[in-house]
Amino acid sequence: MDNDKFFSLLIVMAVSTYLIRALPFTLFQGKIRSKRVQAFFDYIPYSVLSAMTFPAILFSTGSVIAAAAGFMVALFLAWKGKSLLTVAVGTCLMTFIVSFLLTLV
Amino acid sequence: MTFKEGFKDGLAIGLGYLSVSFSFGILAVSSGLSWWQAVLISLTCLTSAGQVAGVGIMAASGGLIEMAMAQLVINMRYSLMSISLSQKADKTLNTPSRLITSFFITDEIFGVSSGKGKPVGRRYMLGLAVLPVIGWTLGTLLGAVCGNILPSILTESLAIGIYGMFVAIVIPASRKDKGIALVSFISVILSLVFYFTPVLHEKISSGFTIIICAVVAALIGTFTVGKEASDGQR
Repeated sequence: MDNDKFFSLLIVMAVSTYLIRALPFTLFQGKIRSKRVQAFFDYIPYSVLSAMTFPAILFSTGSVIAAAAGFMVALFLAWKGKSLLTVAVGTCLMTFIVSFLLTLV
Repeated sequence: MTFKEGFKDGLAIGLGYLSVSFSFGILAVSSGLSWWQAVLISLTCLTSAGQVAGVGIMAASGGLIEMAMAQLVINMRYSLMSISLSQKADKTLNTPSRLITSFFITDEIFGVSSGKGKPVGRRYMLGLAVLPVIGWTLGTLLGAVCGNILPSILTESLAIGIYGMFVAIVIPASRKDKGIALVSFISVILSLVFYFTPVLHEKISSGFTIIICAVVAALIGTFTVGKEASDGQR
């Protein structure tokens, strides 16, 4: 694609993405007083991550079976309270092993 | 909290991004962009779903308004995250610092920083952003330049790591707090409904689905369990 068109689209994309993050973060500096609203924003991180993870995790690699195996390992390690990196590496490793075994079948 | 602590916490995200952006690099080049255009997109936008949609619009020679609207809808979740994170920010995050650090609010950086049991400051946020930004940009470059060299079984296995990290954030918090467990469970159920109901899956973008699931689940938690969650954390 030609450079003029690319740069105009890129600028719109980057600026709109930035403003969506920066405006609320800069404008809402006060602490929220209402217990209800506080509770809502305390829950948001976990509800966002949950909705993003499942079922998307099952379709994030070539094989649903390998992904499910990786997911089980993630659940187990996370339940044990392991660090983010440990859980992430364990998940990848298990997924890789099962994917590899599946190529042999 | 220090820059160093943030830097360390960013390692898992950076590694995850390296693999996810690798596939973005492949996608961008196969959509007709050159390698430096793909890298520039990653460096200036730092978002996954938004970039994938953006490249699609570029490939179709779409309009500027279409681009802005698409980014607004897909990335609206960042507004929720920004307000949520704002509640955990300490005094060092004044307006100039916020204008800088808000560039780095991604799903994962938000997840990790809000998963901290204490308020977060400017140094921590900047430290946390370093490796993810490097990973995201470098991964795009590698994917764009040499995407087809590595075996797909390897790149695909790396792509799941980022989700493993999400699990590592949600599960321990759910063990400690009934409200978080309930909200996470409801959110997953809603997400399943959206995924497996054909009409919903086809008509509603993934960015919007996340917003709906997250807001409804958080509202249910708010009106049933209430404030227990944050009391336990602070």
